[in-house]
Amino acid sequence: MSSSAYVQLVDLAKYFGKVKALDGLSLDIAEGELVALLGPSGCGKTTALRSLAGLQELDRGQMIVDGKDVTFQNANKRGMGMVFQAYSLFPHMTARENVEYGLKLRAHKTSGDKRKARSAELLELVGLSTHANHYPYQLSGGQQQRVALARALAISPKVLLLDEPLSALDAKVRTQLREEIRRIQLELGTTTLFVTHDQEEALSIADRVGVMRNGQLEQIAAPAELYDRPNTAFVAEFVGLTNPIAGKVSGGSIEILGGVVKTLPGSITSGSGIALVRPESIDVVASKAGNATVFSASFLGASCRLSISLADGTRVTAQLPSPDAIGLGAGAPVKVSLLDLPVFVKAAG
Amino acid sequence: MKQSLGVRLWRWTIIFVVALYLLVPLYAMFDFSTKPFGFADKGRTFRAWTMIASQPDLIPAISRSLITAAIVMALILFLIVPTAIWVHLKLPALRRPFELLCLLPLAIPAIVIVVGIAPLYRWISINLSESPITLAGVYSMLILPYTYRSLSAALDAVDIHTLAEAATTLGATITRVIFGIIMPTIKTGIVNGSFIAIALVLGEYTISNILNFKTFQVVIAQIGRTNGNVAVAVSLASLLFVIFLLLIIPTKKRQGAVLDVDIA
Amino acid sequence: MGVFNSPVARHAFANSLEISARTAIVGAILGGLFAWAIVTGKPGGVFYKISVALSSVLAQFGGVMLTFAFLATFGFNGLVSTLALKFLPNTFLADSTWLYGMTGLSVLYTFFQIPLMVLVFLPTLENLKPQWREASDALGGRAYEYWLRIGIPILTPSFAGAALLLFVNSFSAYATANTLINLSDFLTPLEIATALTSETGGSNPAEAKSLSLYMVVVVVIVMGLYAMLRRKVSKWEQKR
Repeated sequence: MSSSAYVQLVDLAKYFGKVKALDGLSLDIAEGELVALLGPSGCGKTTALRSLAGLQELDRGQMIVDGKDVTFQNANKRGMGMVFQAYSLFPHMTARENVEYGLKLRAHKTSGDKRKARSAELLELVGLSTHANHYPYQLSGGQQQRVALARALAISPKVLLLDEPLSALDAKVRTQLREEIRRIQLELGTTTLFVTHDQEEALSIADRVGVMRNGQLEQIAAPAELYDRPNTAFVAEFVGLTNPIAGKVSGGSIEILGGVVKTLPGSITSGSGIALVRPESIDVVASKAGNATVFSASFLGASCRLSISLADGTRVTAQLPSPDAIGLGAGAPVKVSLLDLPVFVKAAG
Repeated sequence: MKQSLGVRLWRWTIIFVVALYLLVPLYAMFDFSTKPFGFADKGRTFRAWTMIASQPDLIPAISRSLITAAIVMALILFLIVPTAIWVHLKLPALRRPFELLCLLPLAIPAIVIVVGIAPLYRWISINLSESPITLAGVYSMLILPYTYRSLSAALDAVDIHTLAEAATTLGATITRVIFGIIMPTIKTGIVNGSFIAIALVLGEYTISNILNFKTFQVVIAQIGRTNGNVAVAVSLASLLFVIFLLLIIPTKKRQGAVLDVDIA
Repeated sequence: MGVFNSPVARHAFANSLEISARTAIVGAILGGLFAWAIVTGKPGGVFYKISVALSSVLAQFGGVMLTFAFLATFGFNGLVSTLALKFLPNTFLADSTWLYGMTGLSVLYTFFQIPLMVLVFLPTLENLKPQWREASDALGGRAYEYWLRIGIPILTPSFAGAALLLFVNSFSAYATANTLINLSDFLTPLEIATALTSETGGSNPAEAKSLSLYMVVVVVIVMGLYAMLRRKVSKWEQKR
């Protein structure tokens, strides 16, 4: 962790009675980086975000933005742009007036014309120029969130804070909008903190993803690394699908599915363990002499997910590119083997 | 969100001023009711309070008023609530006019209501019953503004359309949907509306007085003409009793409260 | 309809309107502020519950109790009157007939206007989304800027609607006036009642009914205004 990061969260703690919302969270965000905070409900990710925004008081810790300690600064002085989950647009103002609000507050710095130009520019950026004079109740959920984004960006914030901005939207709108948020963020180079409980969302747009649990950061890494090399069982299971397969660990390897693979750092080093195997790590070929049968197959477009019944009665989920899965329907006899990729092994029981 | 010192000061000033306005008269009532009266007392006494039980017309009036309250509650549960649900569910276009209709009793002076209703009640007292319990009809109309607001807020907070559709596809009849599914969901709205209704039944004076019914408040006024201390004591006691009633009923935390703490 | 040619009737009507306007404004402001004080406290907490319970009851217990309460405070042997006689002998508070004048009546009526305002306005305040304040803060707005640009504009239609309700409520508050002695022929609702049940000269139903009509007209106009305000507010409400 470099001490010259643009945003530094140092040992943040916040307790609500016995509940530890934040329990020693430390995090650095580089300038222009998009970091996603991922975790289940109650893990503290929103508390962390709101603390950075100044909307939540901390019990302990320090926050530094662009070299300046903002820990005790009022929310309205921090210059952060915040996008809330829902209901944050001012209902009595049009989209344009909403976007201009932050600028209006700084009226001594910007003239009316400049404000108009800026709001037009931002509404164009989020693709809502034609709706500039509409009121929030006339806009769809996705459109409202775009206006909220434009409003937050209008003040050229030091940091953009997004609090589960897509959670209240339809699935299709969600995927569309998250791509747009990323595109805009890259274009403007804004340092961004994005909070979500949807791991697909986090993995698809972030530069780095931090997985949180019980007020602490379990692991923070680039999406691929988080997926391929989880540090803990929690991260392995929270991010992506896993097959729990029992086996014996010795000498940095575990024997499962008739093969031997290396264990990842953080796994147990000996004894009985449960390997958390990714579906793509399981290879399936049709074979009359195989040791397993296909139970069911799900066609997902580019890939196919197969539920396979093994000889010992257990079931695993494998994932193959669709062309490789042709002919593998329910009841087909197959041979199952393991690709040579390291797995995380947690303790049994 | 933390409140700044200025805001807190402002807040407590307001609370102090309004509380003073509202509570001083109530305390004055207490003070008055414990003043010495009659020949035997010197200094403070609670004699007025202990005399409450011995007032002749009072107990019958209280029980009549309570029965009337019960009838009003029944009318709420079986007439007003289902109607409100029906309008919200099936006739959304009528929502606005219905809401205005329900606010009308607030707007029309009690005197005017009495002018219009007097002939009806003359008929009722001749042909049906002379008891003040018949006032339940008028009272149910009078609480519409308050009860409907309470119900409306509760109905808006819940997605009753989805609930109704889910129940219907599972085989429920419309009666089942209204009474078995939706009403339990808006329980707090109903409870709040009912308690304001009880407050009204026990507190109403004008209409019952002019129509010459001996309700609770009318009897209190009557006592007031002979024994001021006792009348004031009864008034205050009834006030405290209803407040107590409203306080012991558990209410759910309101949605959207300003200081919700979000832990996620 | 010659009833309004009578100067007494006109005078009574005008008084009625004046008191209603005064108590509506004062009640709306004090009640609105108190509702804000309730809403910024702990939701569902002790203060909240007591305030709502107290308001529910005080708004309904009109007439008799109200009269007793104020006579006990400002009347001949009242708490404040006797205190005032001792410490502030030359002020109006020491004069126990103050209660029967216009000011006294306004103070009396406002006593139940405040709880009514709390009951009517509290839900509106609770619907003021915390995200709006937070968004304004995050965008750099100070407290007064939030209230000036966002809080007050959003609340105004509901506030005006509530004030209108208070107005009509006061207008029709007859019960209180009746119990206070020496107040006959002062307010229009009273004249109607007198006309109806007069002991001195038999009822005059025609006069009673036309006065009612005039009052209903005033009420309908006010309700119409209220409906317009409601429509404006509902446009801003987000559909779920």
